[in-house]
Amino acid sequence: MLGYVLRRLLAAIPVLAIVAVLVFLMLRLTPGDPAAVIAGDNASSEQIAQVRSKLGLDQPLPAQFAIWIGNLATGNLGESFFFKKSIGELILGRIEPTLSLAAATMLIAVCLAIPLGVVAAYRHGSWLDRIVMGVSVLGFSVPVFVIGYLLIYIFAITLGWFPVQGYQPLSGGLGGYLHRLVLPSLTLSVVYIALIARMTRASVLEVLNEDYIRTARAKGQVERKILFRHALKNAAVPIVTVVGIGIALLIGGVVVTESVFAIPGLGRLTVDAVLARDYPTIQALILMFSGVYVLINLLIDLTYSLFDPRIRH
Amino acid sequence: MSDATAPVLEVENLAIALPGGGDRLRAVDGVSFAVAPGEIVCVVGESGSGKSVTAFSVMGLLAKVLKPVAGSIRLLGEDILTASPQRLRALRGDRMAMIFQEPMTALNPVLTVGDQIEEVLRIHTDLGPKERRAKVLAMLEAMHLPDPERMHASYPHQLSGGQRQRVMIAAALILDPALLIADEPTTALDVTTQAQILKLIREMQERRGTGVLFITHDFGVVAEIADRVVVMQRGRIVEQGPAAQVLGNPEHPYTKMLIAAVPTMTPARRPPVTGALALETAGLAKTYRSGGLFKKAREVHAAADVAIRIHRGETVGIVGESGSGKSTVARCIARLIAPSAGQIMVGDRDIARLPERRLRPLRRTIQVVFQDPFRSLNPRRTVGNSIIEGPVNFGATPEAATARARELMGLVGLDPSALARYPHQFSGGQRQRIALARALAMEPEILIADEAVSALDVSVQRQVLALLDDVQRRFDLAILFITHDLRVAAQICDRLIVMQRGRIVEQGPTAEVFARPDAAYTRALIEAAPGREFGRGAGQVQEAASA
Amino acid sequence: MSAEPTLLAPAVAAPLPLGRTLAARLLRNPVVALGAGFLLLMALVGALAPVLGTLDPTAINPATRNRPPGFERTIRAEDGTTTTYRHRMGTDSLGRDVYSRVLYGARISLLIAVSVAALSLAIGLLLGLVAGYIRPLDGPIMRLMDGLMAIPGILLAIAVVSLFRAGLPAVIAAIVVPEIPRVVRLVRSIVLSVREEPYVEAAIMAGTRLPLLMARHILPNTVAPLIVQGTFIAASAILVEAVLSFLGIGIPPETPSWGNIMAEGRNLFRVYPHNILYPGIFLGLTVLAVNMLGDGLRDTLDPKMTGR
Repeated sequence: MLGYVLRRLLAAIPVLAIVAVLVFLMLRLTPGDPAAVIAGDNASSEQIAQVRSKLGLDQPLPAQFAIWIGNLATGNLGESFFFKKSIGELILGRIEPTLSLAAATMLIAVCLAIPLGVVAAYRHGSWLDRIVMGVSVLGFSVPVFVIGYLLIYIFAITLGWFPVQGYQPLSGGLGGYLHRLVLPSLTLSVVYIALIARMTRASVLEVLNEDYIRTARAKGQVERKILFRHALKNAAVPIVTVVGIGIALLIGGVVVTESVFAIPGLGRLTVDAVLARDYPTIQALILMFSGVYVLINLLIDLTYSLFDPRIRH
Repeated sequence: MSDATAPVLEVENLAIALPGGGDRLRAVDGVSFAVAPGEIVCVVGESGSGKSVTAFSVMGLLAKVLKPVAGSIRLLGEDILTASPQRLRALRGDRMAMIFQEPMTALNPVLTVGDQIEEVLRIHTDLGPKERRAKVLAMLEAMHLPDPERMHASYPHQLSGGQRQRVMIAAALILDPALLIADEPTTALDVTTQAQILKLIREMQERRGTGVLFITHDFGVVAEIADRVVVMQRGRIVEQGPAAQVLGNPEHPYTKMLIAAVPTMTPARRPPVTGALALETAGLAKTYRSGGLFKKAREVHAAADVAIRIHRGETVGIVGESGSGKSTVARCIARLIAPSAGQIMVGDRDIARLPERRLRPLRRTIQVVFQDPFRSLNPRRTVGNSIIEGPVNFGATPEAATARARELMGLVGLDPSALARYPHQFSGGQRQRIALARALAMEPEILIADEAVSALDVSVQRQVLALLDDVQRRFDLAILFITHDLRVAAQICDRLIVMQRGRIVEQGPTAEVFARPDAAYTRALIEAAPGREFGRGAGQVQEAASA
Repeated sequence: MSAEPTLLAPAVAAPLPLGRTLAARLLRNPVVALGAGFLLLMALVGALAPVLGTLDPTAINPATRNRPPGFERTIRAEDGTTTTYRHRMGTDSLGRDVYSRVLYGARISLLIAVSVAALSLAIGLLLGLVAGYIRPLDGPIMRLMDGLMAIPGILLAIAVVSLFRAGLPAVIAAIVVPEIPRVVRLVRSIVLSVREEPYVEAAIMAGTRLPLLMARHILPNTVAPLIVQGTFIAASAILVEAVLSFLGIGIPPETPSWGNIMAEGRNLFRVYPHNILYPGIFLGLTVLAVNMLGDGLRDTLDPKMTGR
């Protein structure tokens, strides 16, 4: 068991290292002079030279990488050109809204999607199954921001139940915090629900065809218990896996949703950084998001052993 | 239940419709038989005979597309076909129970063994947790499973195949059902394990007076265990009666044919083959290393120190159970995998270490017929294209290769015009013939048959074995015949090599090995062969006739 | 071992008939027919946009900004004749005709869908074959793919576009890069499982060389799954283009793409929702059609994957 945890941890390290190299190379591989790109279109040659020496861009590539990694290791993410601020501080200040949005979305999605998927699989071929599957395809097909504006139009503008945009920190009171979180997290959860419901349905269906389900029937077990005692526990691993893989979708969705609802989180920061061509910030954000993604999936890998004794032993 | 002689199961005139597209309208038709208490009835037949469908219909576990359309199934006098789903559930596990072919997949991998046996008690009884546990432990004990306490808390993946089947039997018999249905329960097991499981079923059934409906394709198993025999062919019963009568004095031509097709355990005496040496291995070994930096490194010796000699015109059999390394040896010799050590001498060349580039010109010397007839031909290519692929690689023109392929098709007993057809249009036996034609097209000196007849029905098996014998004589082939089945080995091999855990434990002329086995393992294998006595008489008659 | 293949175990599947019979079988599936029909319609709309009563989609007209759907405007030609033009979907904040922009936008979306799918499949297939068959390259390729997959797709796309000059090629590249790893994994896993098949081993025994072995026995197995995967990539490509354009980092804003129209309509959404509504509907229906096509193809071509 401990060996398994260790192996998974160690397997994550090269992945993160490769991400770091990719992110580092990204800017260096751009056509043209990275210093000129960073300094912006209106920069003078002096400013460009300044940027170059400040970032160590005048040194050979391996040395640049060493400097960059060294800084990362000591927690120094560099300084934002656009916001004129330490990137670490910048990110810290934006975590709460994003974390709230992501957590609320996941909660909604998991609570809705898994029961929907299980029921669809159990009633395989029924009208209920077809509706769940049909709606989930629709959920995949409409961009997040269209869903967002649709919800705003119906629930905020027409019905007036929720504020149109904006975010209120938790410190400003739980009521207002939640009130403003409802629409954005509903918006973001649509794709996620579609994904998890489909996967849940597929895994439960597959498990229901296994020999041990037939064995349980041969024992005279009732269908409900076959579903919950035998099928669901076996289907758990693929379901949990897709919850983890979906985090990537969630992160992409956060960027868009925060723009639609004017939420001052990391997603908005990403868009602002891209529009301002603030490369050090972009690099730091991608690295951070990827790190979070890999770590969450690592945690999910570790939960497999809870569901599957074959991994535990 | 008061009348001890009233049958536990009566099937009368059962007919089950087959959904459209099948080769016949009904999966089974007009099936009638009965199982008395304390009796083992074997339903025996080849693929597609409807024997498993019959078993599943008794349990009420048929796939939804298969519908009983006529007849009745009575369990202790109660009609199953008209019973409500609730009533069926109450009967299943309590009055009738079933064990399946694949003990590997029939148990839920994420629940403990004890839990899965207890489940039956939770469903059908009001026993408290302590009583349930005590009952399960007693049952595990009765199944001769070691350390019942530990077994109770184990997960299926920690058990061997035989242990899992014992667990299945424990769960099936814990409530003393009147009827036990066993659907090929030993087919997936090694022969020594099979013997133990058959003994266990016998023992349990005698002690508890259970009626057993035993589905099998194997006449050896029938001879070993059956009180009465029901023979099925294409959904109908062709013959039934007491085991001694059906086996010893079959009436129906189909039964006669099936029984005659069962290879005898008594090998014919064959003169030693004196052809030129075709293949010789020395010190052949294959070692797999697993693990690495953070996992305990493990070495598995799949094969070690294997020395084999085969002459032209000789058939050498390698027998052994799963994990014995017999297939590893075959794949090393075919150079589908690279051996870790040793020599493989073909003629005067050692091919053990040749790189693929230098090996390719020598490939035509050794050809393989694989086990699975459903996967050994590319489903997307015509049979003709599969056969001529090799010769064309070696420079034959497609026209010449096709002409030769037509001859070979005739030789293996197929219509030459079938070359333009695709593999899915052929049966399993026909596909093995095609695979043989493909191998022969290369004009090999050595043919490796890797469990080549194991997936076939006995009647087809006999034909393919005869064909192998025939082509061997025509082409003076050296044949390396890999099998787990001693009966088949006895029939075809000149010499026999017995392998266990990667090593050769015994080798010698086939008749010698059977008559005077040296190694304890060889003796155990021969002992374990089901229905060992069965077919011996017939074999002697044949031998006498040919002498 | 000898269960009853005719009844209980699946028999070997017949090879997929290609060509006319396959097309006929596909179109009998109503989901496929509906999806394919709608896509055909969209392709026609894009191709015939100039003759479907449209104006120049990039023509700015300050006089008629932000008009609601159905607004009519009289256009005076140079020779003095006048025609009345009805803005079926209204105008945007620069006075451009939304109807014309939506119709022309179909071109961009379909172009992106097709080119992204084709490029991702081609690159992924190549890398997947190499990884699956050339042992020493397997590790490096797959580790690189792991790294790419660890970066959330849209973020990776954003990073790629932000590096290059904005434009169609940059957007296509940005969407292709994150899609490649999944294709590589798919192809590699097929190669690894197929090469264990006895018929491939039989071909090795027959002395078939590697390139021929690949072409004859391995590649055909990747066709059906790749077609299915390609469809889903196409759907995702249309969505990602819309997202990038919506965030203002996609195709240059004057180009009429559905994402651009919606991006332009963001600011005045409360008052003039039609600028998001109409392109949103077209986009949603198109992606839905592609997804339906993909589901149908998968059910027909690759029954094992059904439900994924």
